[in-house]
Amino acid sequence: MKTVIKISNRIIKELIQDAESSYPNEACGFLYGADASIRSIVHFEPVINSQEGDQRRRFEISTLDYLKTERRALDTGLDLLGIYHSHPDHEAIASSHDLEKALPFFSYVIVSVLKGKAEQIYSWRLFDRYRSFYQEELLIENLIISPNK
Amino acid sequence: MAKIIIPTPLRKFTDNKSSFITNATTVGNAIQDLAKSYEPLAKHLYDDQLNLRSFLRIYLGEDDINLLEKSETLISENDVISIVPAIAGGSNSKIIYQARNY
Repeated sequence: MKTVIKISNRIIKELIQDAESSYPNEACGFLYGADASIRSIVHFEPVINSQEGDQRRRFEISTLDYLKTERRALDTGLDLLGIYHSHPDHEAIASSHDLEKALPFFSYVIVSVLKGKAEQIYSWRLFDRYRSFYQEELLIENLIISPNK
Repeated sequence: MAKIIIPTPLRKFTDNKSSFITNATTVGNAIQDLAKSYEPLAKHLYDDQLNLRSFLRIYLGEDDINLLEKSETLISENDVISIVPAIAGGSNSKIIYQARNY
């Protein structure tokens, strides 16, 4: 599978800022945009990590926050295309916990934060048939992050 | 007639439609009505025992139907029903970070 996601430099900076300011806890949020041969993210909205207990290794988005987000997307005409979250002191590799809760269609953008500084950004999508993730090609304006071979 | 809002990840099973209009009178029947109209969607809504999948919540307006009458919750004209998937995840328990290119 090969899919491409494009995120503007401005939004990448917002993701990094949010991930670093939430450290050592996991941050999360919604990614909106337009879906075509290249998925283009034009808006990012951080959301409260509602995970009860240790937020350094888990995130959860409340159902009410999700409900409001879907309605807002319908009102604005933008598509809700993905979920962003951070992995404090872990690589930006989708984990078994991410896989357990993953939904088809969404791009899962993960920012790894090492000792408070963002280090990696990768995007993943669920390969529904095999219940596994594959890495998307991530375009950050002029920078291309290709899937690891 | 009530409206069901279909969450983005499931729209590929509804011909990309974001909502569905139903004449059903209960929430449970409304969701069944949707599943019958889009057969490929059914397995994403129900498990093998035909129970709604555990990662899905159903809202009537702003209210979780689990706090109302569950699938028997009555619906009225112009009600909005939302299918809401659980969104969660996180890194592995063990710190596995190794610096690499980014």
